[in-house]
Amino acid sequence: MDVPAGGKVYVTSVKGTGAIRGRIMAMGLVPGTAVEVVRRAPLGDPLELMVKGYNLSLRATEAGLVTVSFAPPTSGDVPDKAAGGKVHER
Amino acid sequence: MNGDERQHPVRVALCGNPNVGKSSLFNALTGSRQHVGNWPGVTVERKSGHRFYRDRRIEFVDLPGTYSLIAAAKDEEVATQYIIEESPDVVVQVVDSSNLERNLYLTMQLMEFGKPMVLAMNMSDITEERGDSLDMDAVTRFLGAPAVRTVASEGKGLEELLDAILEVVTKPPADRRIGYGELETTINELRAMIERDSEISSKLPSRWMATRLIENDSYVKGKLVGRQIWKDIEPYLSKLDRDNGEMELADNRYGVIDEVVALSCKRCKSKRSVSDKMDRVLVNQHLGIPIFLIMLWGAFELTFSAATPFMDLIDAGFAELGGWLADSVQPEWLASLLADGIIGGVGSVLIFLPNIIVMFLILGMLEDSGYLARVAFLMDRLMNRIGLQGKSAIPLMMGFGCNIPAIMSTRSIEDRKDRLITIMSTPFMSCSARLPVYILFAGAFFSHMAGTIIFIMYLIGMIVAIVTAKLLRTLVFKGEPSAFIMELPPYRLPTLWSVGVHTWDRAFMYLKKAGTIILFGVMAIWALASLPYGVEYGGEESWIAAIGKVIEPLVEPLGFDWRIAVALLFGFVAKEIVVGGLMTLYGAGESEDALTDALKADSSLNRVNAFGLMTFSLLYMPCVATAGVIWGETRSWKWTLFSIGYGIALAYLIALLIWQVGGPLFA
Repeated sequence: MDVPAGGKVYVTSVKGTGAIRGRIMAMGLVPGTAVEVVRRAPLGDPLELMVKGYNLSLRATEAGLVTVSFAPPTSGDVPDKAAGGKVHER
Repeated sequence: MNGDERQHPVRVALCGNPNVGKSSLFNALTGSRQHVGNWPGVTVERKSGHRFYRDRRIEFVDLPGTYSLIAAAKDEEVATQYIIEESPDVVVQVVDSSNLERNLYLTMQLMEFGKPMVLAMNMSDITEERGDSLDMDAVTRFLGAPAVRTVASEGKGLEELLDAILEVVTKPPADRRIGYGELETTINELRAMIERDSEISSKLPSRWMATRLIENDSYVKGKLVGRQIWKDIEPYLSKLDRDNGEMELADNRYGVIDEVVALSCKRCKSKRSVSDKMDRVLVNQHLGIPIFLIMLWGAFELTFSAATPFMDLIDAGFAELGGWLADSVQPEWLASLLADGIIGGVGSVLIFLPNIIVMFLILGMLEDSGYLARVAFLMDRLMNRIGLQGKSAIPLMMGFGCNIPAIMSTRSIEDRKDRLITIMSTPFMSCSARLPVYILFAGAFFSHMAGTIIFIMYLIGMIVAIVTAKLLRTLVFKGEPSAFIMELPPYRLPTLWSVGVHTWDRAFMYLKKAGTIILFGVMAIWALASLPYGVEYGGEESWIAAIGKVIEPLVEPLGFDWRIAVALLFGFVAKEIVVGGLMTLYGAGESEDALTDALKADSSLNRVNAFGLMTFSLLYMPCVATAGVIWGETRSWKWTLFSIGYGIALAYLIALLIWQVGGPLFA
């Protein structure tokens, strides 16, 4: 989806394979995350995003692997965290 | 514990995301002086140091930054492998407190790996200044790893950190694990299969390996392939929806992180307002690139103008010294060795120390401020067009200072092809060692437009680097440059200490080089020019002339005579020797000005072959030390020899063109 500078969207899923996909997710682009498109570089590419409170730069090609929606996530859009996402003492 | 264990040193790995202050903390802890900067990827290899605390020897290893324990780039691989294979006693994760969420992702993976862990919540001053408050106890309780507030750049919080390290060594805290919801069944099934092989599961935690397999990690796969259990694991994995699994793992980890942040942090979501305002100008749609070009030009201009008065001073000093030695030292051969050989040769190189200092001061400030990361952002599109990527812009720019650290800094480039192309292109970026050659010849033959000619040299170097990259990308490494995913760190005010220390280290290296390699080089040239005994110094009968005469036919089509041939030959060792060697050969021991006059008086030299010589010096092979680093980084004789051969061939062709075309026209 083409998001204009200043636009705010939410990640719905990450496509792609291998190391790139792992890296994109490690950088915080996981389902449910709010992303603000800060600007495009003067030559049109890459993009600068604001993710989880820091500035991330990536090319339009990689940004294209991240599908987003303008609507904030509801419980149905993201995997259910009720059972997971907790720390347990072993 | 018994007495033996008391003697046993504690091995601590310092890890964390890139650019969070690991090296600063390492320096503060061990009293070392590792270089720090403000861009992701300053540390490219692990460094070790130690200190004694409460009678225990604690050994620290400073690892390159990594965003996750999946190695995407060479420097990340170094860090990941160390933590997994070398099994340190304690892992200290340095966390940028002002960027908590993303930093904690690595924490999650470290937790899965299950080593005793301490969190150094670094840069806590910045966090508190902007009004965030972080509850360390809440983090400690939630994650089961002690969290300690540190400000590495000011050496704050070190004792608390050391106490925490010793504490987790003596009584490791309860193991924590992250719940993965629906994936738990899959993880447990994989775990059961792995645990059937007691040899492998005694070395690496089985739950960790199970999650890795879901993430399709080649490292863990490599450990299991070929073992009996793999026969069961492989078909099991092929039935899994691993794409979704990987996303769910990441999602659950960030789920835990959200909870930690919610519990421990008040107002931790604020933006970096000052930095953002600066970026509004510095990477502005219209101003970004002009500002970059102005900065580049300004740096170049300053390198020369600010250094000139100091250079004149050094030159005058050596002239005085050389003159005095020539007059007062007996016997005559000793006076000649001192004045022509050592003072002439080494002095002609030392005179450029002010340039080197100014250049590294500027580069250091750019690096520390965070601007270099913006250069990568600004230049990515352009670099992409020539077959490289934004991150290649950093090594290429650093190449203006010295090719050696520049080539080492390519380790932060993930893709092997991108990295190789960058390594092959970097030696053409005109490093400070080539500057003496330009200044000498441009000054002697292009007095009025010396500055322009020197600038043209830098330009030629850049063009050759670009063409080289483009050629390699289209002919050898076909395909698109790899992905570009990079953090833009907040701007920081460069500290005088950090920039000063780095510049001093560089200046010291230059002095050392002048006192060793260059000194030996010029002494060898002097000796060859003085032998056999009784010959006219540097005359037609001397040994050096004999050597020079052998190569002369080769370089004659370029308009060079035997003296230049010899200087270029010795310049293989270090490019400054080209000037030092000529100084020695022309016997102009008194001063730089004397050499300029001697060169002007030599009827075989003129503007055209002087220009050719400058171009040749720029392009012909990397110096010995750079060639060594190229081998070290590529581990390939093929590419090292290519770099040398390609440079020589190119230098020869272009210098040939200059003399054959330009000679008849202008000379």
